[in-house]
Amino acid sequence: MSVSTPKTVQETRSDARPTVLSFWHRAPRLRRSVAFWTLVGPLVLGLLVFVYIPILWGLVLSVSQAQATIFPTAFVGLDNYRAMLLDPEFQRSLVTFFIFALFIVPLTFVLALGLALLVNSAHFLRGFFRSVFFLPTAVSYVAASIIWRLSLFNGLPFGLVNMVIGLFGAAPISWLSRPNPPWYWLVLVTVRLWLQLGFYMIIFLAGLQEIPQALYEAAQVDGVSSGWKRFRFITFPLLRNTSIACLTLLLIASFQAFDEFYNIMLGTGIITARPPLWYLYVVGFTNQDFGRGDAGSFILTAIILLFTLLQGRLFGFGRSLE
Amino acid sequence: MKMMNVHSKQPDSTFTGISLKRRSRKHLRSHPIQTAFIYIGLTLCALLFLIPFYIIVRNALMTQLEVTSFDWHWWAKEPQWDNLNTLFNDLMAPMGTGLLNSAIIATLTTAGQLMFASMAGYALARIPSRWSQPIFFLVLLTMMVPGAVTFVPKYLIVSGLGWVSTLQGIIVPELFSGFACFLFRQFYLNFPQELEDAGRVDGLGYFGVYWRLLLPNSVPILVALGVISFISSWNSFLWPLVIGQDPSSWTVQVVLSTFITAQTINIPELFMGVAVAIVPLVILFFFLQRYIVAGVARSGIKG
Repeated sequence: MSVSTPKTVQETRSDARPTVLSFWHRAPRLRRSVAFWTLVGPLVLGLLVFVYIPILWGLVLSVSQAQATIFPTAFVGLDNYRAMLLDPEFQRSLVTFFIFALFIVPLTFVLALGLALLVNSAHFLRGFFRSVFFLPTAVSYVAASIIWRLSLFNGLPFGLVNMVIGLFGAAPISWLSRPNPPWYWLVLVTVRLWLQLGFYMIIFLAGLQEIPQALYEAAQVDGVSSGWKRFRFITFPLLRNTSIACLTLLLIASFQAFDEFYNIMLGTGIITARPPLWYLYVVGFTNQDFGRGDAGSFILTAIILLFTLLQGRLFGFGRSLE
Repeated sequence: MKMMNVHSKQPDSTFTGISLKRRSRKHLRSHPIQTAFIYIGLTLCALLFLIPFYIIVRNALMTQLEVTSFDWHWWAKEPQWDNLNTLFNDLMAPMGTGLLNSAIIATLTTAGQLMFASMAGYALARIPSRWSQPIFFLVLLTMMVPGAVTFVPKYLIVSGLGWVSTLQGIIVPELFSGFACFLFRQFYLNFPQELEDAGRVDGLGYFGVYWRLLLPNSVPILVALGVISFISSWNSFLWPLVIGQDPSSWTVQVVLSTFITAQTINIPELFMGVAVAIVPLVILFFFLQRYIVAGVARSGIKG
C-alpha cells in the first residue's frame, strides 16, 4: 500500500548546498521538524479529535448505559450489542438494505457500463451527452426525492408517471401509500439510479479509454467482427479493475443509504422500508439512546468492512494491485 | 489501492484516448445504421435524464391549481415569478437563512479541507521525518472508516464541545479529510525535484516552496477536489440534520426536507426552493465540469 520514495526524499539536500546561508539551512534538523509538524499538525490533530477520539468514546458508550446523556452511566457489557442484533427492527433494516442492494448494485453497474459504451462510441456531440448524464450528480438526494415523491410518482392522476401510464389505459397507481404491492421500491431505485449513474459512467469511461486500440485491431485481423465478441473477450475483461472498484463503491454506498429513504418514505406510513442508517438515526436521535446507537454504529462499520474484505477476496484484490 | 492504479495509468490513457478517437471515427463511417442506433439510444437516454430538470422548472413557475390540475399542462400559462417572493417570505421555512448557512458551510469546509490536506500531503511527500510513515498510516486508517455510519460517535464530540445547532458543529468535524491528504501526497510525490531545488536556491524555505511553488502548480487537483468537496458539502443531509437541531442552523437541504412533511404543501413554492438550491451547483458544474470529470476519473473514487 505505502509507496516508498527514495528518489524524492533528499535527506542531505540542504547540507549539500553551503551557498545558501539562511538560519534554517544552518540548523537543518530543527528546521525540518518544525516545518514538518507545522504542516502535518493541523490535520493530525483534527483527525485525532474528530475521528479517533469519537471512536474511542463511542466504544466506551457502546458497553455502557447512556440514555439521553453522552456520558456513561453504568457498565452493561455487551448488552447494547446483543439488544441491537436481536431487535426485529434492526434485522428488518438489514433485509431492507439487502433488497435495495439486490436491485441497485447490478442495475447501476449494467446501465452505467451501457451508457459509457454508448457515449464512448459517439463522436459528434459526445461532450454534450456526457454532460447530460453527469449533470444529476450535482443534484442533492433531498431535491431529487422531492421531484420523485411530489411530481413523478405522487400517486395522483397529475403525477407524470401516472399520466404516462394513463395514456396506455392503465389506472393511476398509488406508489407510496401501500406496502403491497411494493411499488415504493420502483421510486427508491429509480431516484438513486438517476442521481448516481453519471458518476459510475465517468469511471467506466476512464476505464474504456485505457484499453489499447491495438487489441481491437488485432481482433479485427483475426476475423472477430461481432461487437458482442469484442465486448465479451476484450472490453469486459480489461475493465476488470474498474468493475471491481465500481462494485465495491456501489455496495458501500447502498449500505449507507439514508437521504432518499428518509425524504421519500417519511410520513407515508410504510415502516418496512427503513435502511440501517435510518434505524440508527431513530435509536440515537429520536430515542436519545447513545449507548445502543454507538453499538449500532460499530456493528454496521464491521459489516461494511466485512463486505469490502469479502468482495476483495472474491475478486482477488491482490491481482488488482499488480 | 485501486485509486493508485487509476492514477498511475493516466499518462498512457490520455495518449490512447486521442488515438482511439481518430481511428474509430473512420471505423464508424462504415456502419451508418449502427451509428444511427447509437444516436437514437443516446437521445432517448438524454431526454429521460433531463425530465426531472424540466419538472423542476415547470412546477416552479405554475400556480398550485395548474400543478394539481387533472389534465396535464406542459408549461405554465403565465410563468409565476412571484413564487420566488412567496418562497423567501415563508416564515415556516427559512430559505434565506438556509442558503446563507449552506454557502458558509460549503465554502469553509472546502477551503479548510484543501488547506489542511495539501499542507499535510506536502509534508508527508517531501519533508523527511521518521514520523512520516506512522502518520501516513494514521491518515490511511481513517479512510477505512465509513463516514456516514459513524455519525453517532461523531455527534458525541460535537455535543461534548457544546456545538450542537451551531455552524461550527457542522463544519469543523468535516474539515479533516484523510482521503484528500492521500491524494495530495500522491500528487506531490510526482512533483519534479528540479523545481523544488530551483526554489531552494532562490532562498525559499519549506513553507515558501509549499506556498509559492507547489500550490500554484496544483491548481487542477485543487479545483477538482474543491468542486467535489463543495458539491458534497452543499448536498449533504444526514450530518446537518443531526447537528442542526435549531432552525437558525438549518442548511438548504434541511429546509427543503421540512417542506415535505408539512401539513399543506405549496408545490410551486417547494419546487422554486428546489430550483434555488440547485442553481448555484449547476452553474459551478458547467464552468468546472472538465475538472470534476478529471477528478472523478483519475482519482475521485471516493467511498
